[in-house]
Amino acid sequence: MTQAQLAQGTSPLLAVRDVSVVFGGIVALNGISFDMHKGQILGLIGPNGAGKTTLFNCLSRLYQPSSGDILMEGASILRRPPHRIAEIGIGRTFQNVALFPNLSVMDNVRVGTHARTSSDIISDSLRLAWVRRSETDMNRKVHEILSYLDLEDVAHTTVSGLPFGTQKRVELARALAADPKILLLDEPAGGLNHEEVYVLGDLIRRIRDERHMTVLLVEHHMGLVMSIADHVVALNFGKKLAEGTPSQVQADPDVIKAYLGSKDQ
Amino acid sequence: MSAAEEVVAEGHEAVEAVPKRAMTLGTGTSLVVLAALIIAPVFVKNFIIFQMTMLLIYGLAVLALNILTGGSGQFSLGQSAFYAVGAYTTAVLMEHFNVNYALTLPIAGVVCFGFGFLFGQPALRLSGVYLALATFALATAMPQLLKLNFLEHWTGGVQGLVVTKPDAPFGLKMSQDMWLYYFTLVVTIAIYIFAVNLLRSRSGRAFMAIRDNEIAASAMGVDVALYKTLAFGVSAAITGIAGSLGAIAVQFVAPDSYTITLAISLFLGMVVGGVGWLPGSIVGAAFIIFVPNIAEGISKGLSGAVFGVLLFLVIYLVPHGARQVAILGQQLAGKLRKN
Repeated sequence: MTQAQLAQGTSPLLAVRDVSVVFGGIVALNGISFDMHKGQILGLIGPNGAGKTTLFNCLSRLYQPSSGDILMEGASILRRPPHRIAEIGIGRTFQNVALFPNLSVMDNVRVGTHARTSSDIISDSLRLAWVRRSETDMNRKVHEILSYLDLEDVAHTTVSGLPFGTQKRVELARALAADPKILLLDEPAGGLNHEEVYVLGDLIRRIRDERHMTVLLVEHHMGLVMSIADHVVALNFGKKLAEGTPSQVQADPDVIKAYLGSKDQ
Repeated sequence: MSAAEEVVAEGHEAVEAVPKRAMTLGTGTSLVVLAALIIAPVFVKNFIIFQMTMLLIYGLAVLALNILTGGSGQFSLGQSAFYAVGAYTTAVLMEHFNVNYALTLPIAGVVCFGFGFLFGQPALRLSGVYLALATFALATAMPQLLKLNFLEHWTGGVQGLVVTKPDAPFGLKMSQDMWLYYFTLVVTIAIYIFAVNLLRSRSGRAFMAIRDNEIAASAMGVDVALYKTLAFGVSAAITGIAGSLGAIAVQFVAPDSYTITLAISLFLGMVVGGVGWLPGSIVGAAFIIFVPNIAEGISKGLSGAVFGVLLFLVIYLVPHGARQVAILGQQLAGKLRKN
């Protein structure tokens, strides 16, 4: 909280400016703007079809906004292809877990370092000294992340055989391996039970505090968002409904009508 | 996931690096195989040595397909085209320009890398069965391209080119066949080691990430288009080198040696050897070289049908190919040791 408040005065880490997305006549997002400041956990909420995932996919460059701009540290990200988003410090997880199912946990996390390392096929084939050195450094980092997320025991297990909750942690580990400045989490609580959701909430807060990250949390689970977010943006039908602290947003009559009122939480 | 794959995944809790055996053999087994490959030619006739050379050559070609399909998840029924380009590069360089046979190999590799990389560009828009069809077209077009009139001066047209078999160097007293076998063996081992290194590296992991999930790979910073075309390039380069060696071993290149049948054989070899398991390549190669002969031995008139039945048996009994046999063997050995 305090960290985020201190940062309010400075320029935003990520700025969404008047972003609209139109899919053949259907307006999925309509002039959305908000700022993310360093150290914040920003919760993006809204009922199904509100445009949360559309916005998320704009941030990871899977969709191109029809108008508006997205600035990361002041520079537009809209001219970058999707594979050049990780290198500017935007990491993400996926809604239904998108791991590499045939690779081990360790290899999944190793792929996470791709944007932070370099190599070419000739040096790799010859396993040159600098390639070996960079692999050693990478392995050290990967082990550090695995033990941070308590995944050391399954490091060499193929991910497709792991329970869903563990796979979600592997995905988080893979995202952390790229040293992101902003972590985009797409419904991390989906498919988790009550207890797991609270453990996850703690983990997200710990990652923010200990690894100095900024988190964008797209979430259905109101309890989770309201308990860990510093700042909440509520969407409905592609428009921004309200923005503010969790309690402000919770008290907003439009939000209650559109979202909270229809749910018995 | 099959029981076999689970074993592959679980048996390596103590290993630090990439679970190596998921795609290679253990050191002990490798040394035994290597020793057998080095010693065997001393005891057999020249014709058998020639067949062993072809085994290594097809093994390389299957390995190349394994990197493409097992590694990056892209299908190809066009490997015969890359093989042909490699073979013709060597034949033309040796016969028209008097280039040393050993020097033609890296040249063929580079030429085929370029060819494969360029072919990979349009192939980027295709995946799965559609990609298989596009590569199929490449395979059917290649023999006709080689017959083109204006290339006839270089390629010899329908007649093809005769290639001179090299003598053993340094006054070594060994037959041409035996020398070529050892030459091929050294090239094969070197390429095998490079391939294992490549698949265990950052590039190899990028290939496999693309195979498993393109969108996630891209979000991790993997340039999907680049690595897909690189996989095509690498695969084509190795296939081309195999083609070069094949041209030297057979002493002849002709358009109709490199039809779609060759491409399908290589595909079959990959499946029988186990997709993604590199040592299986040599087993797959043995299957496509020797099993047709065995089939002919059983019935001359129906050799094709017998071959088909044998193939069915293999796929039915061990769907994961030689890899599965190797894993079952390991389990059995483990049990025997415990008792």
